Amino acid sequence: MARTVLPFGPQHPVLPEPLHLTLTVDDEIVKEAIPKLGYVHRGLEKLAEIRDHTQMIQIVERVCGICSFLHALCYCQGIEALMKAEVPPRAKYLRVVWAELHRIHSHLLWLGLFADAFGFESLFMQFWRIRERIMDVQEATAGNRVIISTNVVGGVKKDIDKEMEKWILETLVKVEKEVNQLKTTILDDYTVKQRTVGIGVISKEKAYELGAAGPTLRASGIAQDMRQTGYAAYPELDFTPVVETDGDSYARTVCRFNEILQAIDLVRQAFAKMPEGELAFKPKGLPSGEVVSRVEQPRGEVLYYIKANGKKFLDRLRIRTPTFANIPPLLEMLPGCDLADVPILILTIDPCISCTER
Amino acid sequence: MFMTKTVLKNLLTKYATRLYPFQKIEPFKDAKGELKIEMEKCILCGVCKMRCPSQCISVDKKEKFWQVDPFACVYCGICVEACPVKCLYQESLYRPPADSKTMVFHVQEAKPE
Repeated sequence: MARTVLPFGPQHPVLPEPLHLTLTVDDEIVKEAIPKLGYVHRGLEKLAEIRDHTQMIQIVERVCGICSFLHALCYCQGIEALMKAEVPPRAKYLRVVWAELHRIHSHLLWLGLFADAFGFESLFMQFWRIRERIMDVQEATAGNRVIISTNVVGGVKKDIDKEMEKWILETLVKVEKEVNQLKTTILDDYTVKQRTVGIGVISKEKAYELGAAGPTLRASGIAQDMRQTGYAAYPELDFTPVVETDGDSYARTVCRFNEILQAIDLVRQAFAKMPEGELAFKPKGLPSGEVVSRVEQPRGEVLYYIKANGKKFLDRLRIRTPTFANIPPLLEMLPGCDLADVPILILTIDPCISCTER
Repeated sequence: MFMTKTVLKNLLTKYATRLYPFQKIEPFKDAKGELKIEMEKCILCGVCKMRCPSQCISVDKKEKFWQVDPFACVYCGICVEACPVKCLYQESLYRPPADSKTMVFHVQEAKPE
């Protein structure tokens, strides 16, 4: 049979994300995939020219709805480096707490969406039910459910008191218990394994060469995690990157699942070691110079390039999100797979297209 | 058969969801909801207008009005923090849905000397 060209997306029942792929298929086997992006471009980088550097915090938080805190963290760390601001230790620990809460809720969201992608709707609802507990924690600590907006240049603007800390730790015990209850269903189920094991394999060398980031990279056996570079309070916390070696869809699922448990552990460690003290250092003056700031998001490494010239507005702000880095590995995975596996493979890189297009 | 336990448990326990219109959740203490102003305290300085990331506030010192577009507001609370006289505050609930877009407009009455 002759080859057929199939448009996939930008509107697709499985993916809420507007990613278009032009798939060339031979029978049911994908031979070639060409991506097309640009459906949700919002021009957020350009806004840096008309909003001052403190207003930009609220704008970069809106680059992504899921990892908004980490975008603001990355941006603030960049500006702090330019203004030579020393962040108080308590603020560093609070940043870790919120960052890890974001990681937990992002991975729970992904596990739910992934279960939904292969038609396991009840599992999807179970994961999202657990996620609601984390959303409640975010709303109680910061006032908003998703875009919690607690970062400022020089620290954080909200504190977590002892009573709240106790409640968060109690909630995390429940979350951990409930997540572990679902472990057998997502990781040991025959049906789930049939859809994930050995699908979309990407080797260690290829993942490195194509510049994969986050769980996509770690599931191929490379222990690279931006938290090891030691921003915020991570140098004082004990953790090792979660690594899987198979490089298939199943390995990526296991990797994200274990990262939830690791994030819960990190929140506990952060609360145990959290010192008393000030929340924010107020830097004087305006930023000047250029800096590259990197943070580990739930999806992988995010990179901010900031160029300032000592004026109110930034010269240039460049954001490279993890999904942007994970699209080349996705294109490597697709040729040779079944057409029915395409949505699953796209989901295993945890795509966030509106992040990518900014 | 390992599901039997879960099935029995689900049959015997309460709903996982709330029966929404009849049973409402108590909002959290610091939840950020609708933006309100105590107009008599306001000094019309315009700091809220300058700080707002979505530029939904307009203030005029001459005409003595303060206006917010509640449909453009992103509930970030920057204006509340920035206000020098603390006349802005946020309710703990969001604005109810509406069928047409309207502005919230406040005019300051002349203060008695």
